Amino acid sequence: MHDDHDHHHHDHHGHDHHHDNRYSDMQARVRALETVLSEKGLIDPGAIDAIVEAYETKIGPRNGAHVVAKAWTDPDFADWLKRDATAAIASLGYTGRQGEHMRALFNTPETHNLVVCTLCSCYPWSVLGLPPVWYKAPAYRSRAVIDPRGVLAEFGVTLPEEKKIRVWDSTAELRYLVIPERPEGTEGLAEEELAGLVSRDAMIGSAIAGAAS
Amino acid sequence: MNGPHDLGGQMGFGSVAPEKDEPYFHAEWEKRALGITLSCGAFGAWTIDESRHARENVPPADYLAASYYEIWTRALEVLLERHGFATRAEVDAGVKQIEPAVPKRILKADMVPGVLARGGPCDRSVEAKPLFQPGDRVRTRNFNPETHTRLPRYARAKTGVVEAVQGSYVFPDDNAHGKGENPQWVYTVVFDAGEIWGEGADPTLTVSIDAWESYLERV
Repeated sequence: MHDDHDHHHHDHHGHDHHHDNRYSDMQARVRALETVLSEKGLIDPGAIDAIVEAYETKIGPRNGAHVVAKAWTDPDFADWLKRDATAAIASLGYTGRQGEHMRALFNTPETHNLVVCTLCSCYPWSVLGLPPVWYKAPAYRSRAVIDPRGVLAEFGVTLPEEKKIRVWDSTAELRYLVIPERPEGTEGLAEEELAGLVSRDAMIGSAIAGAAS
Repeated sequence: MNGPHDLGGQMGFGSVAPEKDEPYFHAEWEKRALGITLSCGAFGAWTIDESRHARENVPPADYLAASYYEIWTRALEVLLERHGFATRAEVDAGVKQIEPAVPKRILKADMVPGVLARGGPCDRSVEAKPLFQPGDRVRTRNFNPETHTRLPRYARAKTGVVEAVQGSYVFPDDNAHGKGENPQWVYTVVFDAGEIWGEGADPTLTVSIDAWESYLERV
């Protein structure tokens, strides 16, 4: 076996046969993929540019912050969000891909909500845009459901010991938006100013609104 | 399948390490990988469920070492070959070698805003009434299919409470394998951490999953 193994290596110029080195240079691999698909007329590079531009400039956490700030200032809207988040959010113009079936989770003095997708990377794109790397990575996906306090500590968040934590694993097509508690001392602020206090992480549940500013 | 993707409760991955002022993309190729993946999804040749299952089938050591856009790209190549659009040999060579299958649609730049704004709703009506109601105690099934499922391992054979009936949706366990949408009721089911994690579990913690009806049995 040992001789075979050496021989095998020699034939393959020292590469481990079990390792797929197609993906050692992702820039080259993805360029080749785009080239082949474009040559076949299957994709429009302009569409790729348009998708990237949409997620860099239009579809991001400012959308969600708008939803949160409106919920803080408009009790009727907050009530609508509780009853039918998809429709309430659509009324502000935020619809579509990975936001087709929305649910709003209201943090309260008693309960803190935290959202995860242990199985992949389900995330409410229509209101938060593309998920951050940490949300899609094994450390968060593995630990959020078993040690959320430990995870929150790594974000600088320490909850009172008696506070309940509810972790929502996005295992189906429902997409969750956390509505954080409104920070104290913000009674006089207008909706636009309030939106500035709402971070992306606060709408995942890994931060507290206004705490950073 | 009990694949590398099913991460809930696993250990050893270290700290979460949030990145301050994280950019939307960490390399140019990530932008192209996102756009190509969405463009190919528009072909209408596979479902989001088949796509997820292709990602789950990335070999475990590769899956856990890869960035998410690499996982997407690896899975996309499998889907493109399976459905006759492009072979791995073509991507290896970087040139067209075979005529592709004909997609249902090709995403053009001017279609992008509309396509993103519409998304792909997967709620479907069903004739039957929901078997369970909020407050019902249910037990999740114990199974280990080699095929796609959205019942995580940590939540199998566990007793919880139905919190909400969330509507009826395409059943991914069938849809991922071309067996039809076969919609079912979906429920949010809440578990005490002690039921899932046992000794030493955080007494203040509850965890919920969204479970298709056939994942559940009445207690």
